[in-house]
Amino acid sequence: MYSEKVMDHFTNPRNVGELPDADAIGETGSFKCGDTMKLYLKVKDDRIEDIKFQTFGCGAAIASSSMLTEMVKGRTIDEAARVTNQDVADQLGGLPPLKLHCSNLAADALQNAIGDYKSRQHSR
Amino acid sequence: MQSRLVYMDHGATTPVRKEVFDYMAPYFQEQYSNPSSLHAPGREVRQAVEEAREKTASALGANEDEIYFTAGGTESNNIALRGVAKKRTKPGHIITSSVEHHAVLDVCKNLENEGHRVKYLPVNQYGRVDPESLKEAIEDDTFMISIMAANNEIGTLQPVRELGAVAREKGILFHTDAVQVVGQLPFNVADLNADFLSLSAHKFNGPKGIGALYMRKGIKIDPLYRGGSQERKLRPGTENVPGIIGLGKAIELAVSEIPEKKKKLEHLRDRLIKGLRDIGEVYLNGHPKERLPGNVNVSFQYIEGESVLLSLDMEGIAASSGSACSSGSLEPSHVLSAMGLDHSMAHGSVRFSLGYGNSEEDIDYVLEKASPIVERLRSMSPTYHAR
Repeated sequence: MYSEKVMDHFTNPRNVGELPDADAIGETGSFKCGDTMKLYLKVKDDRIEDIKFQTFGCGAAIASSSMLTEMVKGRTIDEAARVTNQDVADQLGGLPPLKLHCSNLAADALQNAIGDYKSRQHSR
Repeated sequence: MQSRLVYMDHGATTPVRKEVFDYMAPYFQEQYSNPSSLHAPGREVRQAVEEAREKTASALGANEDEIYFTAGGTESNNIALRGVAKKRTKPGHIITSSVEHHAVLDVCKNLENEGHRVKYLPVNQYGRVDPESLKEAIEDDTFMISIMAANNEIGTLQPVRELGAVAREKGILFHTDAVQVVGQLPFNVADLNADFLSLSAHKFNGPKGIGALYMRKGIKIDPLYRGGSQERKLRPGTENVPGIIGLGKAIELAVSEIPEKKKKLEHLRDRLIKGLRDIGEVYLNGHPKERLPGNVNVSFQYIEGESVLLSLDMEGIAASSGSACSSGSLEPSHVLSAMGLDHSMAHGSVRFSLGYGNSEEDIDYVLEKASPIVERLRSMSPTYHAR
């Protein structure tokens, strides 16, 4: 059902945890399937220096979360903002059709975190 | 990779026992005649089919002429529900429960499209239907009541005797989907006041693709299919002879072993439930006592069922889940929702269904593996950290 890449990210997820001194936090949840995700960013000079996630969800949701963190770590905020749900699913080698919505979780959480980062910049 | 396999998905299906398989074997290549044939080998096969019918009847406390072989539980349910509805000249009212298997629920929904009205009875927190609520739901034109004997997901036994008594007293036909109960618990159709009962061989170590419908003598319904006169025209088509032979053997064996099997499974079940609960914030779904001997259904708080299943699978443990993400729909289990479980708890449910081959060592192994799996997934969960 899942690709080897999905199973790898599910079994050995990258960047799990929280960042106590995060510069931005993004949360999202799918009421429909019950999945929730929390994403922490540490940003320096507009670049994502560190990133951690926590996810309640199925295998695809956990793998998407992990994949996303790997994709955007070290990227600038503007580069990261261009990452789409489809990019995450593609990087995982595809997801079963019913599971595609699980990858939405990850990119949505990132958008929310970037939003949080920008609004914190403004209020400085 | 791991070499051990612990199969705990007997609610989905069971292996065919060797005794059953051996008993069926001659009916593929040696005793292959059509039981409707006049010649001697045909008559021999007919006799074997009728012996299987006798065994099935005797296991249910029924007469041979009340047993109809079908392709399985789903077909039995369809023949009973649609057959009764088709016999009517005008639409009427049907009562079922909100926790039925889709093989009943979807037939009822389909009958609604054809003009019938259906009442889906609510259940309590254990998934049980209250016989009083059945009484209250009966209308002037209620013509059929269909309530399962035990729930496939959570294992809760319904008070079928009381429900059947309500139906009988009102003169309404009563059907029970007993797919999960046959071969697990002792009963007979007269005690249940059942007019129809569905069963499926692959749930009690028989082959797949074969089942039976009990229909009480004197009842007339419209068949779904037209064809030959097999199964007294209720289910035309050349009989699945090896399947029928296998069903007969499997039900005979299963029913004769119920007392010891029930005792063994209940012991293993209760050990597994206790061990899983000891992990902490793990909750049993379904009735604590009135449940199938082999059913364990728990919700692991803060984590999602499919991720637990995947992790168990990697350790060679085969279990299942009613959770949204593994069932092909995004909605949580209709059974757990009907019981009032909130979204996240319904998503965290996992079913372990024990059977004939499971041992004490299997329980030890599952408990040894479950604890670190739950711990790992919880460490990743935002709801666990926010508790």
